[in-house]
Amino acid sequence: MKRMISALIALLFFFMIVTVLNSDSSDSMGIPRYGEVKLSERVSAKYIEKSVNGNEDEINFGITADAETGSANMVTSIVVNYRSFDTLGEVTVLFISATGVGLILGGGRKRVGSAISVSPVVKIASRVIAPLLMVLGIYVFVHGHLTPGGGFPGGAIIAAGFLLLVAVDDEKRASKGLKILEGTMGLLYVLIGIAGLLISGSFLKNFLPTGVVGELFSAGIIPVVYSVIGLKVGAELSGIVDDFISEGGDEA
Amino acid sequence: MNVFSFIIGVVMVGLAIFAIETKKLLTSVIMLSAMSLLSVILFVIMKAPDVAITEASVGAGLTTAIFLLSLRKLKRADVE
Repeated sequence: MKRMISALIALLFFFMIVTVLNSDSSDSMGIPRYGEVKLSERVSAKYIEKSVNGNEDEINFGITADAETGSANMVTSIVVNYRSFDTLGEVTVLFISATGVGLILGGGRKRVGSAISVSPVVKIASRVIAPLLMVLGIYVFVHGHLTPGGGFPGGAIIAAGFLLLVAVDDEKRASKGLKILEGTMGLLYVLIGIAGLLISGSFLKNFLPTGVVGELFSAGIIPVVYSVIGLKVGAELSGIVDDFISEGGDEA
Repeated sequence: MNVFSFIIGVVMVGLAIFAIETKKLLTSVIMLSAMSLLSVILFVIMKAPDVAITEASVGAGLTTAIFLLSLRKLKRADVE
C-alpha cells in the first residue's frame, strides 16, 4: 500500500514537472524551452556584456588590455568579482559545516586502521598519483580566471589527493598546520575585501590592474581570491576527511 | 535535445531509483556515485565545464568517500 501511494505521488510529481517544462514561456508559470531563452531580456545578458569588456569593442585574446574585469572566463568573473560577497558567504557555509563535523567526530587523536590490507603496488602508485592530483588542483585554482575551474573544484581535487594518501596508508594523519592554514586563508579573504573597501570604496572591489585578457597575471584580484579560496577549501575538506578517519582515545 | 543526453538522463533516473530501492547501503552509495559521474557528462554536453569539474570532484569523488567512511563508522558502532 505504501509503495502504491509513493508511486502515485512520484507519478504526480513527474507529470507536474513535465507540464511545467513543456509549457511556453508566455505562460506565467512556464520555463522557456532549452535553447530558446531570449538572453537579451535577461539579467545574465548584462553580466555577459560586462564580464570582460565594459564597452562594445571586440575582445581579442592576448591583445585587449585594461578590460573591466580582464577575466577570460565569464563564470569566474561573476563568481569572484561581481558577486564576491556571495562567495564569501559560501566559504563561510563550508567553514561552519567543517566545524560541525569537527565538533561531532573530532577530538579523536587515534587513527582508524583500514579494514582491508592494501597491496604494495597500490601503495607506491598512490604515492606517485597523489602529488600529481594536488598539482592538478593547484593548476585548477591558479588558472581559474583563464580556464574552467576555480577555487572550489581545485580545493576538492587537493582534498581527493589527501584522501588517496590516507586511504592506503594506515599511519597518515593531517598535520596541525591545516587548521592554521584554513583560518589564515579565511582571514585573508576578508582582509582583501577590506583593502578593496579602503582603496576603491566598495567591499571586495577590484583594486589591482586588470592586465591583458588571457595572461596569467591579469584579471586583478580574481587569481588572488581564487588561490585563497582554493587553499581554504582544500584544507577544510582534508580536515573533514581527517575527522572521519579518527576516533577517540589516546594517541596511537 | 540529442539522443545521447536523453539516454544518459534515462540511465540516471534508473540509477537513482535503484539507489533507493536496493537493500544494501553500500550498493546505494555506489549507484549515487555512478549517477554523479553521468551527470558530469550531461553538464559537459550542456556546455557548463565549470560545474562539471566541481561535480566530478565533489559529487563523484569526495561525497562517495565520506559516505563510505561514515558507513564504516556505523558498522563499527554496531559491533561494539
